[in-house]
Amino acid sequence: MDPIIVVRDLHKYFGSVEAVRGVDLEVHRGEVVVIIGPSGSGKSTLLRCINHLEAPTRGEVWVDGKHLTHRQTDINAVRAEVGMVFQMFNLFPHLTALQNVALALRIVRKRSREDAEAVGMEQLCHVGIPEKAGAYPGQLSGGQQQRVAIARALAMNPKIMLFDEPTSALDPEMIKEVLDVMLELATAGMTMLVVSHEMGFAKAAARRILFMDQGLIVEETTPEGLYTAPKEERTRQFLSKILH
Amino acid sequence: MTEPPITAAPAAPARTRPGILGSDFKLSSLPWWALILIGTGLILIYLILASQPYHETFTYLSVGMIVTLRITVSAYSIATVIGLITGLARTSKNVVPYTLSTLYVETVRGVPLIVLMLYIAFVIIPAVASVLRVLGGWGYSAVGGSFFSNLSTIHSRDVSFEIRAIIALGLGYGAYEAEIFRAGIQSIGRGQMEAARSLGMTYPQAMRHIILPQAIRRVLPPLGNDFIACLKDSSLATVLAVNELTQLGRLRRASTFRVFETFNVLTFLYLAMTLMLSGAVRWLERRMKFEE
Repeated sequence: MDPIIVVRDLHKYFGSVEAVRGVDLEVHRGEVVVIIGPSGSGKSTLLRCINHLEAPTRGEVWVDGKHLTHRQTDINAVRAEVGMVFQMFNLFPHLTALQNVALALRIVRKRSREDAEAVGMEQLCHVGIPEKAGAYPGQLSGGQQQRVAIARALAMNPKIMLFDEPTSALDPEMIKEVLDVMLELATAGMTMLVVSHEMGFAKAAARRILFMDQGLIVEETTPEGLYTAPKEERTRQFLSKILH
Repeated sequence: MTEPPITAAPAAPARTRPGILGSDFKLSSLPWWALILIGTGLILIYLILASQPYHETFTYLSVGMIVTLRITVSAYSIATVIGLITGLARTSKNVVPYTLSTLYVETVRGVPLIVLMLYIAFVIIPAVASVLRVLGGWGYSAVGGSFFSNLSTIHSRDVSFEIRAIIALGLGYGAYEAEIFRAGIQSIGRGQMEAARSLGMTYPQAMRHIILPQAIRRVLPPLGNDFIACLKDSSLATVLAVNELTQLGRLRRASTFRVFETFNVLTFLYLAMTLMLSGAVRWLERRMKFEE
């Protein structure tokens, strides 16, 4: 089967700094891929190029058969099919949890208010906080906010979910509630690309783990392979720092 | 160190009602400036009610107060529309709207408002009128019809000086408000736009549903302050001989020589309006702070 994400020779410069230096990547439907690596290694930039929040300097990105780096591609239509979860949640503070989840359905998918809110409620139940539907983001804990953010992305019924360090801004006791939702999603067969250092999640859900360093994918392995025998010295050094 | 065993909850401190004459009352903590203003205002009101010259001055000037409010509200409405559009254009990455809006803002803000008023009233309006006249003449000879014949007889005389003052004040404050809106839009974190775009919203959709509702809430207090400034600057319309409050004051002084009464009442009327409005803005600011 054709891969749903194809990245070819991706380069991204920020000014004179080259954040991504030639990355090739294929992700198949239903695959869960975890990307790890030190900060500044280009993990987030790679992820953000896949829904075109960053425009690649060079190279090609294909998502579900659509050529993202081509001028004539309707980028908004592609983004509607690719859910993204951010490190800082980025919920809309002037809207309630339910409105956060339902808004894009009404605006982008042109669904009626009743329809959109029904789907929104369903998604809030899915992430386990239907009782917070009327609450504003400022009244929610970090873990609850991130779960609303996941529900917001899921409400669009995306084909792919991108997670950019979804638990890095959370207090330790809230990480599990977010990871549980992500695990459930992975089990249900969602295609997921996850930038995260939660090795427990990687072990339980990931089919592949990519190790990035200095803008390149240095090593690709399975969760088991990572623990038993990392091939690269850089991977070994990094792992020794994050695994205790 | 051993702590004494807890036998009973400590008695709650007696609740005192904080008030002007509370236990920690201090003369220096009174808002003396407000008391002095209110006292002076009461004296003025008494004079207006009790003294014939003050009463006549007040009756005469209150007509101008209506004109001043009319100019302010009209000009400020125009300025808000211009300011919002220009503020959006100022944050645009597209070079055409960015250049046009920045040109407008920098030009208008670099000219004293009184000069802007004279320039628009005596240069721009007549120039626009003659251009329309020429276009109307061409159109009439080419196409005919009443629209072009009306256009060909248009004259800047048809535009009253009150309208010219409103246009000038609206254009001037449009530039100031544009900067307020721009700052408000830019104060909303990048993540908000990214989250909206990642859901498939277009840039205009994200602006309308996500960025602007948050930005406008944030800029309401500075916009309110600008309304007060606009009210004060409407007095510049006196250079165009518009019969607003200041102009009527000058006419009154010239025709009656009652300098003292005239300018006392004039100043009192402006202060009454601006102080009430700034009270409202302060209330708005407190509410905003509470909501955040």
